[in-house]
Amino acid sequence: MHSGIVSPKGVWWTPAGKQEKLWVTIAFVWCMVLFAMMPFWHIKGGQNPAGVRTRVDPSAFSDRVDRFNQEFRVGEEKGFPVVAPPPGADVYLMGSMWQWSSVLRLEKGASYMLHLSSADMNHGFSLYPVNLNLQVVPGYDYALKITPNQAGEFRVICNEYCGADHHNMVGRIVVVEPGGKEVSHE
Amino acid sequence: MSSQAIGATSRTCSVTGLKVDRSAERLIKVNAVVAIVMFLIGVTAAVMLVLTRWQAVHLLPADWYYRMLTAHGLNMLIFFIIFFEIAVLYFAGVVMLNSRFPAPWLGWTAFALMVGGAGLVEIMVFSGKADVLFTSYVPLRADPLYYLGIILFAVGALVGVMLFFAALVVARREKTYEGSLPLVTFGALTAAIIAVVTLVHGAAVYIPTFFWSMDMMEMDPEVYRLLFWALGHSSQQINVAAMVAIWYLLAGLTVGGVVLSEKVSRIAFGLYVLFISMASAHHLLVDPGFSPAWKIWNTSYAMYLAVLASLIHGFTVPAGVEMGQRLRGYNKGLFEWITRAPWGDPGFSGLVLSVVIFGFLGGITGVTLGTEQINILAHNTLRITGHFHATVVGGTALAFMAVTYYVIPLIFRKEVAFFSLAKWQPYLFGSGITIFSISFILQGMFGVPRRHWDASFRDAPFAVEFPPVVDVLMTTMAIGGILAITGALIFILVAVVSVFFGKPLTDAAIANGTARVPQGVLKLPPQTYSEAKSAEAHAKGAPGTLVLVFIFLGLFVLYYFTNWKMLSQVWRIG
Repeated sequence: MHSGIVSPKGVWWTPAGKQEKLWVTIAFVWCMVLFAMMPFWHIKGGQNPAGVRTRVDPSAFSDRVDRFNQEFRVGEEKGFPVVAPPPGADVYLMGSMWQWSSVLRLEKGASYMLHLSSADMNHGFSLYPVNLNLQVVPGYDYALKITPNQAGEFRVICNEYCGADHHNMVGRIVVVEPGGKEVSHE
Repeated sequence: MSSQAIGATSRTCSVTGLKVDRSAERLIKVNAVVAIVMFLIGVTAAVMLVLTRWQAVHLLPADWYYRMLTAHGLNMLIFFIIFFEIAVLYFAGVVMLNSRFPAPWLGWTAFALMVGGAGLVEIMVFSGKADVLFTSYVPLRADPLYYLGIILFAVGALVGVMLFFAALVVARREKTYEGSLPLVTFGALTAAIIAVVTLVHGAAVYIPTFFWSMDMMEMDPEVYRLLFWALGHSSQQINVAAMVAIWYLLAGLTVGGVVLSEKVSRIAFGLYVLFISMASAHHLLVDPGFSPAWKIWNTSYAMYLAVLASLIHGFTVPAGVEMGQRLRGYNKGLFEWITRAPWGDPGFSGLVLSVVIFGFLGGITGVTLGTEQINILAHNTLRITGHFHATVVGGTALAFMAVTYYVIPLIFRKEVAFFSLAKWQPYLFGSGITIFSISFILQGMFGVPRRHWDASFRDAPFAVEFPPVVDVLMTTMAIGGILAITGALIFILVAVVSVFFGKPLTDAAIANGTARVPQGVLKLPPQTYSEAKSAEAHAKGAPGTLVLVFIFLGLFVLYYFTNWKMLSQVWRIG
């Protein structure tokens, strides 16, 4: 027996000790559990970052966002259109330096196809306080089916560095009870 | 070559009995010294970053925060670590094999390229021409010279790695050692192979980006992210392999830690080479460019085989320490080998803290966050930053510090300056970075973003109010950060003063035990044992370590499934 500093002489390809075999076996089994959990969650779990992923030209996506904002616009807040798409709708949200394209009003328990993309840099979609985080990449439409499970006030914090004013890039999502009553948070 | 000629270009180490090639020694010295300089720049940036993220102080203006963050990432993750690793490779490939340095002039060329490249990058960053953070995600754009600097640095590093391979060939051909490569050198070899893979990816990402920055070609942002992380994450896997090699080295030097099974440890290193570069996917789990199948396969390093490798080392390193201690007579009960260990030896305490912080804090969080779906909860929050400060700082940097306390006497032939301070340094640094990392991880669990100047969102259009506990966590983050920074500064002080102004180490001072150096240098523990003793050690095994690894596994399972539980409660998404 020797330390790791010594050159081993002769044949060192010999059977491992009992404890090592035990640990390697258990560790291997654990690794297989770690692996199996991911496909398992795709089948049984409700949170998967799969979605529908397509390439999109940033200007085409920007046009789509404008049409979406016009179609379901219900008001304006701090210069941003407030948009209330019906349950089941395709929702288009675009990050650009340094803002999100609209304030969204969604219904609790309803599902929406959320399309995320960027007009310029990488941005981060971080839904606060749910703590649900996605990467927003220019040139790619990341469409995910989302189902809010609570009503209330939410923020969309950009959590990917996107230039000088990155830290001020915050959007708003409001989730209302089915039927449209807004929950006050005052 | 006559023995006299060899004598003129080398010396014999009086502690280890190894022949030390003079040109290797000089190259190890300069690379290590520059590594420490880069580390100092990184630490200086760290001070300002901690004091900015701590909202109570909020030191830097926004532009300088992002600039310092860029400098911090580059100096720590690339320059400090790779200069240090080049020094480690030259040590493991030349000194440990009793060999000579092949083509020293090329070693100096590599060094010059690395220094020139790094210097160019520093100039670009600090003059505000590269506010693109460490990752420089396209289409963020830096001055073309910034990318050129990184390319020059990478070419230099690649030449250095090639010289390590050449050194192995020279040693083998000139028969400077018998048998197989020592495990430590074998580990360094795997780090070197991963380094080649990493640097090739570096070329694949930075050369096109260099041309893109001059408007000479297109660059897809998602392709950039894929290639960048094949460099960015793989470079951290060089660290893992180098760090584990250093663990084995320190185990041997400090307490005569043995290798349980050459076969098992080497297979584990081999698994790193085969699978670890796939971890680029860890950064792309919630990206739109990749399919779930691609994400699952790659993020798990093909079914977690590189994680298996770390789990193996996580057993064999402490078990080797335990058996080394038991062979030296510390046999009582399960844990006398721990209670009677040389805790005042910064090489030993640094080793243990590095293993513990890397495994318990960095490893468990890393594997969990690298799970495709769980990443939804963590991507780009401070949890990620907390995780990798545990691995890279608490694990790798601490291991590098610990081995430095042995490099100072063994390579630089100096006593360790402020030795009583050095004894405390690993504890200070280790506890500081632990508090820091945990504070980051917990803030991230509340959704606090990483790389963010203003968590108060003072000028944002919509107010974001984190729960009050986040303020407490910011304070603990600052305390942990300041402790770790103090530990880092003590390390730099000790290293610099020892190397440049230290008392020369004499054989007499070692012999009569008056030299202020780690105990393993004063009296090297046995490195080989007889057949009979080995059989006895194998029969006793490492029961204490077995208990510890099962505690580790229990915590791992708990943390992992707690995260699945948390995930199941958020909005349905898919």
